Amino acid sequence: MKAYDIVIVGGGPAGLAAAASAREQGIQSILILERDKELGGILNQCIHNGFGLHTFKEELTGPEYAGRFIDKVKELGIEYKLNTMVMDISHDKVVTAMNREDGMFTIQAKAVILAMGCRERSRGALNIPGYRPAGIFSAGTAQRLVNMEGYMPGKEVVILGSGDIGLIMARRMTLEGAKVKVVAELMPYSGGLKRNIVQCLDDYGIPLKLSHTVVDIDGKERLKGITLAEVGPDGKPIPGTEEYYSCDTLLLSVGLIPENELSRGMGVEIDRVTSGPVVNESLETSIEGVFACGNVLHVHDLVDYVSEEATRAGINAAKYVTAGEKAEGSKVDIIATEGARYTVPRFIRVDQMDDLLTVRFRVGAVFKDSYISVYYNDERVMHRKKPVMAPGEMEEIKLQKEKLQAYPDLKTITVKIEKE
Amino acid sequence: MAKEIKELTCIGCPLGCALTVEIDGGEVVKISGNTCPRGAAYAEKEVTNPTRIVTSTVKVEGGEKAFVSVKTKEDIPKSKIFDCMKDINKVTAKAPVHIGDVVLADVAGTKVAVVATKNVEAV
Amino acid sequence: MYDVVIIGAGVAGCAVARELSRYKVNACVIEKCEDVCCGTSKANSAIVHAGFDAAEGSLMAKLNVQGNEMMGELAKDLDIPFKRNGSLVVCMHKEDLPGLKTLYDRGVANGVKELKILSKEEVLAMEPNLSDQVEGALYAPTGGIICPFQLTIALAENANVNGVEFKFDTEVTGIDKKDGSYLIHTGKGDIESRYVVNAAGVYADEIHNMVSGKKIKIVARRGDYCLLDKNVGNYVSKTIFPLPTKLGKGVLVSPTIHGNLIVGPTAVDIENKEGTNTTRAGLDDLISKAGATVKDLPIRQVITSFAGLRAHEAGHEFIIGEVEDAKQFIDVAGIESPGLSSSPAIGVMVADILRDLMGLEKKDDFVSTRKGVLNPETLSIEERNELIKKQPAYGNIICRCEMVTEGEILDAIHRPVGAKSLDGVKRRTRAGMGRCQAGFCSPRTMEILERELGTSMLNITKTGSGSEIVVGRTKEQV
Repeated sequence: MKAYDIVIVGGGPAGLAAAASAREQGIQSILILERDKELGGILNQCIHNGFGLHTFKEELTGPEYAGRFIDKVKELGIEYKLNTMVMDISHDKVVTAMNREDGMFTIQAKAVILAMGCRERSRGALNIPGYRPAGIFSAGTAQRLVNMEGYMPGKEVVILGSGDIGLIMARRMTLEGAKVKVVAELMPYSGGLKRNIVQCLDDYGIPLKLSHTVVDIDGKERLKGITLAEVGPDGKPIPGTEEYYSCDTLLLSVGLIPENELSRGMGVEIDRVTSGPVVNESLETSIEGVFACGNVLHVHDLVDYVSEEATRAGINAAKYVTAGEKAEGSKVDIIATEGARYTVPRFIRVDQMDDLLTVRFRVGAVFKDSYISVYYNDERVMHRKKPVMAPGEMEEIKLQKEKLQAYPDLKTITVKIEKE
Repeated sequence: MAKEIKELTCIGCPLGCALTVEIDGGEVVKISGNTCPRGAAYAEKEVTNPTRIVTSTVKVEGGEKAFVSVKTKEDIPKSKIFDCMKDINKVTAKAPVHIGDVVLADVAGTKVAVVATKNVEAV
Repeated sequence: MYDVVIIGAGVAGCAVARELSRYKVNACVIEKCEDVCCGTSKANSAIVHAGFDAAEGSLMAKLNVQGNEMMGELAKDLDIPFKRNGSLVVCMHKEDLPGLKTLYDRGVANGVKELKILSKEEVLAMEPNLSDQVEGALYAPTGGIICPFQLTIALAENANVNGVEFKFDTEVTGIDKKDGSYLIHTGKGDIESRYVVNAAGVYADEIHNMVSGKKIKIVARRGDYCLLDKNVGNYVSKTIFPLPTKLGKGVLVSPTIHGNLIVGPTAVDIENKEGTNTTRAGLDDLISKAGATVKDLPIRQVITSFAGLRAHEAGHEFIIGEVEDAKQFIDVAGIESPGLSSSPAIGVMVADILRDLMGLEKKDDFVSTRKGVLNPETLSIEERNELIKKQPAYGNIICRCEMVTEGEILDAIHRPVGAKSLDGVKRRTRAGMGRCQAGFCSPRTMEILERELGTSMLNITKTGSGSEIVVGRTKEQV
């Protein structure tokens, strides 16, 4: 069996950044396993711009952003295998993978970095009634067909879900000559960036219907039309508000799910809110020496944060490989409540943390003129006003090691959203 | 020119302020609805000279891939987006194409170049 | 001129074709869709019933019990998965307990073996996720689960290997009686045959009524289903039927042979024989009904929902035999549940009828076994690597949810009666049937179909003509 210090599952933005940082920490033996035919992951199909403002201080397209990290990985001489599917990872970090050339093979890793990304929620998961014709695509599948394969999924389009991929595809389909009739959003607010609503919908006169959903799908072979209805505060369609739209294409942009089949298989504890692994301050999962970063950990809004997080995962994996054994320390739980849905990490070992630790989280609803509050045990230690917070955008707080160490008998850190 | 009123949504932050811009004779005379100066600056630009980066794909000949992703190197006037797409759709690039390579020197008479945003090697 | 034309490539038509192919006969199956298993056979509970449901002395009861007994060996011969996981009819109200005894007695009379009535404690010990309200159950160890696609496809492949022709996209528009034969008009021209077998599912009445003055009526009875993720595939281990009560028949909850959990069906009679659309009311109804027999049904794990149409005949009985006023025309009509379970016996019964009418002789070279699409997961790592060395496509995963390789997809396309569409590939390999519902693999499977069928991406369909997946190319707006 071959052996590597660090095996990274996934060669998208998270895997690439993790690999580069681990190498920069001096780890020589690193292998990236990528299932697609090229590195870069989903960024390869995200040909629009708007990536990298934090990381590179300039606006890049997805392929350009990926290109910078791919170049770095190649310059650093990091090994990678393309067209390679990881089939299984055992609890003691034996990675089983397969491709055409090598067949099925196993690798003993000292540390594993999970960077598998996420997948799109399907029509089936929404349980939309109606027929099951051709012409219903997840927005990302349509994006791949249009941007990478050069095919048009349809000519008359309705989009369900106003997440950023849905908005971007509304513009992209329009520019390629399709008619996008409407974007419907179940929630009373959009999960997408304001900029995308303006530049992808308003620019082209595409209406956005908030608090609307698809209640019926028409067409036996190919989609013929869909019925939209308004939903009430209970999220249920309001009878009498149904409206039929003829269309040959329905794109679904209704959420992303971290792809943790491998993590579950190896016994990693999964957070019920994020659907990603529960991690500590080092982005280490419940299995020692197994780290997670990027969208497999929690779905991010900006790739810049993925790169930053993955860089930390790479550094911590390198530390683990070098130090050999796990250092223990007192454990402080981070509790997300009252508007804060989750935090990553979910607990920290103060002794192990960096001097300044970024904790990211999302809110569960739109909050205006509200405060992000942080409590050490029962004492409020931070109270920061934000004009607006929305579920579509990640929030963050920074924790200082010094302060945590100095706080007597610290058991829990609580993050919540407060009106005042 | 007569007075004109335009409604915009600010894209500066998730707040998405509803901006109202009064224009008189082509000049912005009043901006309201913004909560910060960025909103005013955005409104002024958006009303007087709205521009966009356009991203798309271009056919590739003799490459490992049939398409390469591209973008306008700089912003182009918003009114030129569809003309720009027509020009982009006519172009065929020859592999190899690398990030930053110009595939079209002047798109839709804007003097702005269209450049590749991905590497496509020759086969 | 054919000796026999079988109309309909569902499980009944294919079972008849396979049994008939034992004989020296020139036979053809014609099907209006692009593939086998496109109607009732593709959307049902995927259950092999034990046989206690149908009325004592009925043809349904007889063929169900026979079919159930035959299924084990047939599945082995045709290399398809089948499991006798056992079924439970659960009783939720003390006052209904006598109903279990009625079912038990009927089952015994029908010839169902090993039936047993279980106490509340026994049934809860067997299935801890059943509702605490359960009062007792009828246990039928011979009940089973099977893949209806694979059964139908395997029967068709085996029939084809033994000389039966298959014509797809061939819809029957009329039938004329000639002297000693029938002239079948189809969308693809006329076909003449001495004998006709009508296995047309929900359309069996229309086909029958083309030749007979004694009209029959088949009603499409729609049933909605939900399929749940493999995460919860073992929520119950047996097929759980509620005991039918005055309030209705209720819905079943069962593991599938592939490890998912299935919930359904509802029952709504509809006019439209193509009406395979699920409805909000139907889905809500089945979720609430399924919740009555199991506790905390993990309904959030739904990965897809679908609806199937049962070919319901008013008498709720199979109509199998030569039509009185249309000699040489054999009906196989009203094949609703337990049609899938009965299909092996239906095949034999109809082949016997034809043998006797036509004086058919057995072939010497009948091939009784068939190898399915190889599932590499059944191989050891060494065997798998040997295979990949010879055929590297087996090292290339296309569907990551179900871990289906390119090699399996190539096999599905190139074998007898092979796949021509995304659904055809899906039903033969499970590519696209997993939790992401083909989001990731469909562009890849399309590319493989394009290459292997020598066609254009623009012609690749989901399930036959009219269901094309992409409508054009980019860069066309100039």
